[in-house]
Amino acid sequence: MRFTLNGRAVSFEGSGARRLLDVLREDLGATGTKEGCGEGECGACSVLIDGAVVDSCLVAVGQVEGCKVVTVEGLADGGRLTALQQAFIEYGAAQCGICTPGMLLAAHVLLQQARRLSADDVREGLAGNLCRCTGYTKIIDAVLSCTK
Amino acid sequence: MHEVRYLRPKSVAEAVQLYRTTPACRPLAGGTDLMVMLHAGTLRPEPRAVLDLWSLAELKGVRRVNDMLEIAAAESYTGIIQSNDVQQHLPALVDAARTIGAAQIQNRGTLGGNLANASPAGDTLPVLLAYDAIVVTDRRSIPVDQFFTGYRKTALQPDELITAVRFPLDRQVAFRKIGTRAAQAISKIVMAVSTHPARIAIGSVAEVPLRARRAEAALERGDIAGAVSAVAEDIRPIDDVRSTAVYRRAVTQNVLRELLQAPRT
Repeated sequence: MRFTLNGRAVSFEGSGARRLLDVLREDLGATGTKEGCGEGECGACSVLIDGAVVDSCLVAVGQVEGCKVVTVEGLADGGRLTALQQAFIEYGAAQCGICTPGMLLAAHVLLQQARRLSADDVREGLAGNLCRCTGYTKIIDAVLSCTK
Repeated sequence: MHEVRYLRPKSVAEAVQLYRTTPACRPLAGGTDLMVMLHAGTLRPEPRAVLDLWSLAELKGVRRVNDMLEIAAAESYTGIIQSNDVQQHLPALVDAARTIGAAQIQNRGTLGGNLANASPAGDTLPVLLAYDAIVVTDRRSIPVDQFFTGYRKTALQPDELITAVRFPLDRQVAFRKIGTRAAQAISKIVMAVSTHPARIAIGSVAEVPLRARRAEAALERGDIAGAVSAVAEDIRPIDDVRSTAVYRRAVTQNVLRELLQAPRT
């Protein structure tokens, strides 16, 4: 089966019932995507499938046949970080880093959908991404800084 | 654990054929329940194959069918929330869909999956009961109040696939979910109520999502106090990790009182 990963055509042989998360990390070397809970609660494994944010632990890899998958590795343009990634650095929005790839992808979609966002919009948009370090405030501030 | 085969039918007809002829085969839609259980190895009987319904165009979309609104079984909650027809005719379903997980889950979860999984805590299931929705399968229509037959058991035959859910257009339904957190919570109780006709449907208070028949009878007579009193007799809550029976009984009565005194107009 074939799909597009961060703009590059990739193919995979094996059972389509395997989790997209495992194929990304183990077969395709895209280890930016993290496993937290494996139950769709924590959002650490968030990726974009055709532009929609999903938990890759809940997706059978066969289901992305022909789709465009974007992981955290696909956000930066070569060495140039996105404004959102730069804001995460400037605001100290990453501590241990396990939630960061998923946070970035969920926030990326949120910023694409609406230019104007309130703090509550950001909280709701990131409700599927748990962080056990930051207390969320710096993450929300970083995302809000990209709406101005 | 054997390798689980992945089957991707090209039509509902082919899906039904594969489901009938493949041993230990599980239908797969958005995977929000099934992929967790598949990975944990907790499904019994142990599945040998999954049948992917997610990508079937026939199982996507919202459309008018005569005097009803039909939501295809594998349409996502996000698609349901964004549908103008659903917003206009089934606002309580939009309310419920918005409480399910967060964006990641709303982008994958489906009505077909919520029905087939038949969790007593399924957030859309009381809404379906309050609207008198009809579960459409590859071979028949099942009124949703006949669909749940026991704890995580349904009226579906072993090789039967849900294809859509149909809703009447003329109902006023109010929805309320009580969880530990505003987002991403499994409910302690979840309720949907219609006044005309009287429908009081509640989740997480029994082994199935249920209609509170005694309370409905009181509401049919216009007796709100009687309905609030009777609902405590209709439900069979238990203590579990999310709440206690005592809490669920008290909150069920409080939520019912609140919904009946402030009906949606």
